Amino acid sequence: MQKKGLAALLCLVMMMSVFTLAGCGSTAGSTATQAPATETAQAPAAGIPKDKIKVGFIYIGSAHDGGYSQAHDRGRQDMMETLGLTEDQVIVMEDVPEGADCEKAARDMIDNGCNVIYANSFGHGEWLANVAKEFPEVKFGHATGITTYDLPNYSNYMGRIYEARYLSGIAAGMKTKAGKIGYVAAMPIAEVVRGIDAFTLGVRSVNPAATVEVIWMNTWYDPALEKTTATTLLNNGCDVIAQHCDTTSPQVAAEEKGAFAVGYNSSTLDAAPKAYLTAPLFHWGKFYTADVQSAIDGTWKSQRYWEGLSAGVVALDDLSANCAEGTAEKVEAAKAKIMDGSLVIFSGPIKDNEGNEKVKAGEALSDAELESLQWFVEGVIGSVPTSN
Amino acid sequence: MFKIIKRPPLAEGRMFVLRILAVVFAIGASMAIIALLGHDPFKVMLEMIRGSVGSAYRIKETINKMVPLLTLSLGVCVAYKMKFWNIGAEGQFYMGAYGAGLVAFNFSHLPSYLLLPAMFAAGILTGGLWALIPALLKAKWETSETLVTLMLNYVAIRWVTYLQYGPWRDPKAAGLPRMMHFPETADLPKIGGIHIGWIIALFLVIVIYFLIRYSKLGYEITVMGENPRTAEYAGMNTFRILLVAIMISGGICGIAGVIQATGLEHSISPVLSSGLGFTAIITAWLSKLQPVTLVSVSFLFAMMLQGGNYLQSVMKVPSDVAGVIQGVILFFVLGSEFFTQYKIVRDKRQGEETRKVGA
Repeated sequence: MQKKGLAALLCLVMMMSVFTLAGCGSTAGSTATQAPATETAQAPAAGIPKDKIKVGFIYIGSAHDGGYSQAHDRGRQDMMETLGLTEDQVIVMEDVPEGADCEKAARDMIDNGCNVIYANSFGHGEWLANVAKEFPEVKFGHATGITTYDLPNYSNYMGRIYEARYLSGIAAGMKTKAGKIGYVAAMPIAEVVRGIDAFTLGVRSVNPAATVEVIWMNTWYDPALEKTTATTLLNNGCDVIAQHCDTTSPQVAAEEKGAFAVGYNSSTLDAAPKAYLTAPLFHWGKFYTADVQSAIDGTWKSQRYWEGLSAGVVALDDLSANCAEGTAEKVEAAKAKIMDGSLVIFSGPIKDNEGNEKVKAGEALSDAELESLQWFVEGVIGSVPTSN
Repeated sequence: MFKIIKRPPLAEGRMFVLRILAVVFAIGASMAIIALLGHDPFKVMLEMIRGSVGSAYRIKETINKMVPLLTLSLGVCVAYKMKFWNIGAEGQFYMGAYGAGLVAFNFSHLPSYLLLPAMFAAGILTGGLWALIPALLKAKWETSETLVTLMLNYVAIRWVTYLQYGPWRDPKAAGLPRMMHFPETADLPKIGGIHIGWIIALFLVIVIYFLIRYSKLGYEITVMGENPRTAEYAGMNTFRILLVAIMISGGICGIAGVIQATGLEHSISPVLSSGLGFTAIITAWLSKLQPVTLVSVSFLFAMMLQGGNYLQSVMKVPSDVAGVIQGVILFFVLGSEFFTQYKIVRDKRQGEETRKVGA
């Protein structure tokens, strides 16, 4: 009897709390309108005082995944150090899937006082945008995204990692003896296709007969699958493995088979000391520091940030001792040319892997074309699955 | 040394005390674990409560978590009443969402007031039929429903994954393998910023309460659970009762899937359930299969889930702490079950009867 009474009581409390929610909606609304009002009272473009800044980071994986999310987390730490933010001024949510959970994570962060929120995965975008529409006073950043949904409080940010991938392709092309390189690929979106193409162009700039075999996994983060995929490629005769996925598993697989590997996102020589050649790296801290600083200064505005080697937001890791002789010179030469603009990676003539000329001599792909790239260059074994 | 003997049934009052003690011990043990992890256990507990009911927004999020949990628990309760160990709530949930998707994608032109009920009806049907497979296998060949329902979970999740990468893939997602969104007419209506899933769940509580308590079918289910032989001797059609009850069980789990798909995700994904289909087994068990008790137990567990989320963001405590606490509570409550039926006494000399019972 007692228990049932308790249950009924709880039930009642619940229902009451639900009815109070109508009230909650209006209070949230009033704080939302208050914030801009005080801003306009002071100055049109007043920023958020530094001690009032609270930044939320939504990661698709673990902050210690040894790869993609870890690179973002390093960027977060750089930003905090440079700007002098305290630990309570940052909230990190890890392992947030690309779905309604992302929306909830962003709302939780706002509930906890965040006024700048970043999400680091392509599929987070639309969920983040849902929240951005509702909270115009909060600033949002979506890494790897290709649209801002025309929202004034929503940015995309990305590094031209394909430039670094081109350089890593040189290292792989110099190393392969079999002339076969394997590529563990996440999802068939333009960003990944672009990386594979740039990598292959890099490989073939030093090793014109080499091929790059691609296997799609359809996930960003799955340590076990990343490893078995790499093993499949190794069994197919590849002796260097490259990757566009989030963990070090492909490098470990290469090490176990006595092959070599190009990492991604983070410097991971420790994970596979005998296999690791180098890796294209992100230095997200460059972006995070500048973006949060602009929120403090009041100069923050929606942008589509897409910078490369010259801005320092991407880089190639130090070449390990596993690299072939002469790699450093070739890489340095190409890097210098990319930085001074004399080497444009996607400049013609480029053929696709079915023999059609895609880019004519003297022309180059535009940023818009790069953002919707859906074909492989000559030398790639594999295809881009069409979405339907 | 020690021996275990069966004890006479305990009075209701003592049972209650025992169960409260179990929860107290569980909380104590959880706090010890939190302390071992290097956090202040009192602060963690306090923050967990604050994070789950500390503001209107958080209560809303807690209810959002409670609704599918409560619905799934109700679903498995019906099966457990019959001692049919349905641990396939997860799979029935996904098949329910699949049924809703079938309607949403094929009849997207329907107005909301027709589309949503049709989606729910389809979800009940697909969830129920999915549960019917292990029931039929059990009735015909006496297969273990525990194993079959468990395995069918993974089949259902893979089916959703297939749809996501295949026929229901969104062509507008720029290569991202994501399922199409439902039409906007398939969004569950909201009251005060919270979708009406909670009304559906509470309505189901009342339905199941009366079904078990006062209906003929409920009586038959209970008798079959107590002793299937008795049911047969009493002239009940046990085969029919099994199928109907399991259809209801799976159908309710299917409803949970439809609620999540229409209320939150507006689509289906292979992580839609967040594993609540398994948590529901714990909540159903802890509430002794009483629908009304289930409301408070589900709310408590939803508090732990939401509070766990909050802990992660505010105290940087891994949200898995909530999972650990749930496991510890289950451990202690199941342990207390044991002491309601048996007691340990000091063995002075070897006794014949004790060995029999102690086995």
